[in-house]
Amino acid sequence: MSTLTEQDETLAMLRDSLARYLDDNHGFEQRLYALRKADDAPPPFWQGLASELDLLGAALPESQGGLGGGMAAHLAMMETLGGALAAEPYLSTMVIGAGLLQRHPGAQADALLKRIVAGQAVLAFAHGEPQSRHDRADVQTELARDGGGFRLTGRKAVVHAAPWASHFIVSPRSGAGLSLLVVPRETAGVRLRAYPTRDGGRAADIAFDDVRLPAEALLGAEGSALPQIERALDEATLAVCAESIGVMRRLMRDTLDYVRQRKQFGVPISSFQVLQHRLADMHMALEQAAALTASVGEHIDTADHDERARAVSSAKVAAAKACKAVGQGAVQLHGGMGMTEELAVGHYVRRATLIEGQFGPPAWHLRRVAKLRPAAT
Amino acid sequence: MAWAFTAAETAFRDEVRDFLARELTPELRAAGRRCSGIFTDYEYGNRWHRVLAKRGWSVPSWPVEHGGTGWTPMQHYLFAAELAAADAPPRAPMGTGMVAPVIIAFGTEAQKRAWLPGIRSGEDYWCQGYSEPQSGSDLASLQCKAVRDGDHYVINGTKIWTTHAQYANRMFCLVRTTSGGKPQQGISFLCFDIPAPGITIRPIISISGDHELNQVFFDDVRVPADGLIGEENQGWAIAKYLLQHERGGAWAPMLRARLRRLTTAADAAFSASGGDAHEADDMALRLTEAECAIDALEATELQSLRAQARGEQPGIRPSMGKVLGSELRQRLTELGVEIAAHYAAVDLPLDDGLQGELPIPEDAVFSMSAYLNDRAASIYAGSNEVQRNIVAAHLLAN
Repeated sequence: MSTLTEQDETLAMLRDSLARYLDDNHGFEQRLYALRKADDAPPPFWQGLASELDLLGAALPESQGGLGGGMAAHLAMMETLGGALAAEPYLSTMVIGAGLLQRHPGAQADALLKRIVAGQAVLAFAHGEPQSRHDRADVQTELARDGGGFRLTGRKAVVHAAPWASHFIVSPRSGAGLSLLVVPRETAGVRLRAYPTRDGGRAADIAFDDVRLPAEALLGAEGSALPQIERALDEATLAVCAESIGVMRRLMRDTLDYVRQRKQFGVPISSFQVLQHRLADMHMALEQAAALTASVGEHIDTADHDERARAVSSAKVAAAKACKAVGQGAVQLHGGMGMTEELAVGHYVRRATLIEGQFGPPAWHLRRVAKLRPAAT
Repeated sequence: MAWAFTAAETAFRDEVRDFLARELTPELRAAGRRCSGIFTDYEYGNRWHRVLAKRGWSVPSWPVEHGGTGWTPMQHYLFAAELAAADAPPRAPMGTGMVAPVIIAFGTEAQKRAWLPGIRSGEDYWCQGYSEPQSGSDLASLQCKAVRDGDHYVINGTKIWTTHAQYANRMFCLVRTTSGGKPQQGISFLCFDIPAPGITIRPIISISGDHELNQVFFDDVRVPADGLIGEENQGWAIAKYLLQHERGGAWAPMLRARLRRLTTAADAAFSASGGDAHEADDMALRLTEAECAIDALEATELQSLRAQARGEQPGIRPSMGKVLGSELRQRLTELGVEIAAHYAAVDLPLDDGLQGELPIPEDAVFSMSAYLNDRAASIYAGSNEVQRNIVAAHLLAN
């Protein structure tokens, strides 16, 4: 086991090389251009993360071809990707997809993980449904036995990165409970309604019409998936908290630059106290979210279910509050310019806004924290 | 609130309702419902304006001699409330509510005859040239220049955030006719036809994906000097008069219509969802909080309307209304995004295409458009920071 200092150094190097690569290959103009053309495949930087940087497996155990960085590596990756508005499909493929696969070792999962780390496979987690909102157990998609295999029928909603994915991990329900299955994109009976998302990414609603799957498609035992789903979504929630820190640091930087150079009434608008106070509030919200996200990240790999759930939800509340304060503040302090497609700030604000509600808005997480509070003694 | 109505007011409301039932077509209602910005695009907004004009209701608040209705403040309020509740397309006010009051108050008889009828009928469509890239909150620092040359002015410079310039055939503009001295001196209020040689319009796409705004460039644009309203160099007082009209008007009718829609969307979203009853309860409480805030704003706005009808100066009322109305509207859009949940991420056009085999809920897509578009509400028409300064300055000076 490495010492903390060694790990810190490794993570710092990871951030540096990733940030430099994104700067060179995924700058603001390049990003816009690449995303316009990214209807069916992720933008080109994704392939580069695998082939040029060899970083996709940073968090995976060494036994599965990774660098063994765990959640700390995920958070470093997500924060840095967030700074370039490039977190998908890392979130769906590595944090959720590879996370689920590595906990269900076997021939199928191991082979898929290898292809993922090589940049040859992209995953999307087809879990939420039109009616489910943020309820992780509200699943109506049905799984039935069919000879030696399965049949899958139902609809999944707003599956992020689905149009880019080679494989979906789908969560249907049978009498035994929730299960997880790997479904290749080209399987007969799978239909996508693909669309752009407000943050420049892609998502889809997916219909599964009597889709026939072999027995090996199943991850783990039938009906046993809910705890795995809970864990994967908690890790994903913390990952978007880290992403939001990268997003917000850029928003703060751009906003500070703007108010310093923008003059009205003959002075820089940064000289107005009402704007200074707003900047201070934005900064404090961001720093709290960053500190709590990092702290939860240090413990999440070893925490039990309740500890993990409580801590992650608390971090998400802080991150969402910060996204609102920093996002809304950045637009307001940029004035009309913050409302346009022309500056980066508007694009970062849209991502921050989606993160506020992703995997549940603050009200949802607050109720979760309340439920997990130990009874008073 | 219904208990406050007299029999005559109830009868008037029913008259408006009957009219809307007959004249506001499903197509116009859809356009109104799908308008996530502040105003409906020209096509439907102007089509609706012409329907109202035929009934004599396109410019209700103008003086009767120019085509106004002579309604009581309560009638104006009811009219706005019924239109909003029926999803009537919100009409762009640059003609009816911004330049027209200026023409009526400061224009010559010839200018009134030339411009008011076209605004009333919908034949003309105006846009507003106020802000410049370097002159936003500090409007008086504007630099767009007009130089007198015989019977013409020659304009050079640029205007920004020009709503619907791409549809307009007339423009009113603040231009600098004299430099030096106090910035407020040397500004003139000029009206002219567009397009004209030397005018370039550059679209500005907003973060909601809408094209409402533009930047307008003037390169030696010659316009007739008889488009000047008031005296040369005396435009600042006119500009401020217009701003009070821009900030005036009632927010509550539109807010109430938006709230009703959110309540319907929440009912649909939570009744389909199997799980969390607490989420529905929690949202109901927050929607109710917004409802009570609208009650308070509505009462304040009705008070302002009555004061205005008595001929009192608006004072800081428009500034208060702008802060309260815009921030409440922004609050409602936040709730809309939360009700939309996962579907808030979808970026698709608001049209019939959302239906189909795997339908996407329209209210959800609308919610994010409205949220993003409405971030501008605390910026436009004088930022809310400036409005609060105006309110505080008034309190401290009196």
